[in-house]
Amino acid sequence: MSEPALLDARDVRKLYGDFCALDGVSLSIDAGQFVSIIGPNGAGKSTLINVLTGGLTPSGGHVRFKGRDIGGIGPVALTRLGMARSFQLVQIFPDLTVLETLQAAVVSRRGHGLRLFASLRHDRQTHAEALEVAALFGLADRAHRRARELPQGDKKLLDVASAFALRPEIILLDEPTSGVSTADKHAVMEILVGAARQIGLRAIIQVEHDMDIVFGYSDRIVALHQGRVLADTTPAGIRADALVVDTVIGRKR
Amino acid sequence: MRGRLVLALVLAGLIALPLVLSPYRVLLMLPFMAYGVILLGLNLLFGYTGLVSFGHALFVGIGAYAAATLTSHAGVRSLEVILLVAAVVGALAAALVGALCVRYVKIYFGMLTLAFGMVFYTFLLKFYRVTGGDEGMPVLRPLLLGLNLDGMSKTAFLVGPYYYYCLGVLVLAAAVMWRIVHSPFGLCLRTIRDNPTKAEALGVSVTRYRWYAFVISAVFAAVGGALLGPPTGNVDPTLAYWTHSGNLVFMVLLGGFASFFGPVLGAFVFIFLQDTVMSVVPYWRLVFGAILAAIVIFAPGGLMGFLGRPRPS
Repeated sequence: MSEPALLDARDVRKLYGDFCALDGVSLSIDAGQFVSIIGPNGAGKSTLINVLTGGLTPSGGHVRFKGRDIGGIGPVALTRLGMARSFQLVQIFPDLTVLETLQAAVVSRRGHGLRLFASLRHDRQTHAEALEVAALFGLADRAHRRARELPQGDKKLLDVASAFALRPEIILLDEPTSGVSTADKHAVMEILVGAARQIGLRAIIQVEHDMDIVFGYSDRIVALHQGRVLADTTPAGIRADALVVDTVIGRKR
Repeated sequence: MRGRLVLALVLAGLIALPLVLSPYRVLLMLPFMAYGVILLGLNLLFGYTGLVSFGHALFVGIGAYAAATLTSHAGVRSLEVILLVAAVVGALAAALVGALCVRYVKIYFGMLTLAFGMVFYTFLLKFYRVTGGDEGMPVLRPLLLGLNLDGMSKTAFLVGPYYYYCLGVLVLAAAVMWRIVHSPFGLCLRTIRDNPTKAEALGVSVTRYRWYAFVISAVFAAVGGALLGPPTGNVDPTLAYWTHSGNLVFMVLLGGFASFFGPVLGAFVFIFLQDTVMSVVPYWRLVFGAILAAIVIFAPGGLMGFLGRPRPS
């Protein structure tokens, strides 16, 4: 091993009282990967995301991002280190416009949040960067619409776009296509993958239920079951694994 | 463009007012301008950060008592120095109170600010050797820009130089607050108002920014509070009482917290309405209660909402 993994979880355990949500999960993610985490409800996916994004401190084991322990460091510090996330339930700023939402992310990334007397309107670079991201996500023509007025699919895109506007090295997407109509799911994913390439994202982790999306876009799939890693391999490897197909994916495949 | 025109007309009107209105009406404008400054600050918390403080009179009281203490006990009568000291003391008090309050949101934040307000009110009431108790403290006529105007009659001083001084402070306060809400910092506050979870995910430290907003709003409250003293020549503990905090929240709702100038309009309408209603019926609070209920139910956007001005963005 020449270079340490971008994101490295080792023997992560998470207990809620007596209940063991994660039971020794190890997961190492390198640059250039698109990893999907799958598993039935209660498998520990949400807990794993929260541990990987520094929202929860593991009860045992550790999570390192670029060699640094990030257990429980919280979202603000995590963003600064270069990791961003989006949410399963769409998170937007209802009264902010699309442009303002993206500007907020750019302001945060550039560390300009404490500029009390600077004019945001005259900050050309922040404006340009925000518009650039809006264009990547096909939201440029709606830049001055308030987030609350957007259709559900656009809200979802905006949530993800604002995370991308932080220009993170790694992004964690919690069900990026939930709430998006089946017809639009692939369009959303195409936009997302295209944007990731443009922005120079080094890795994507997603939790996703839609197996078309999972198999269509990931180059690695991690199957969780009862707090353990059941399988961690390529999409083809998962398809060939009868146990995973039975417990996680269901009979259909 | 239309907004700028309205603003210029209003400002011209305010400048011309002492020339056309009776001194009595001009005197009513003095608390309006002081409250205008206070509410610009309160709305940074309320309208832009999404925190409702029920204890903001605490900082108004601090500013008012700073003016009284400086003029009566310390021999400092320069109003510029008084405003500066009020701002600094207000900021220090808010830094402490805010550090405890901003960890909480919604009703818990409101109740904590209320509690601190009551503590300060009781201090003013009970430590009468320092504060004069319920009789309060006199505020001597301040020097304006170093000018001693003791030779003028009280009314002439108030409707002339003092009026324009307060107007100047209000315009300056509005300009500073305008810059703040339209800055990157102001945008961060609005992300917190709309969705704290998402704000944190974008790297905005919610409690830290809430604290900054709290301190800034307290500075405006203290400066406005210091301007309230000279017209009456006296400050008393009711300035820091919780009903006064309630009045401030009422003014914000009356004018509309979703607009930059809404709360200032609210202060104006409140003061003139109070004066009119009080002269007609003794139970003005009953009338005001009905008005407040009507606003919350029928016009949650306040008077500015009626005028059709959208939230500044």
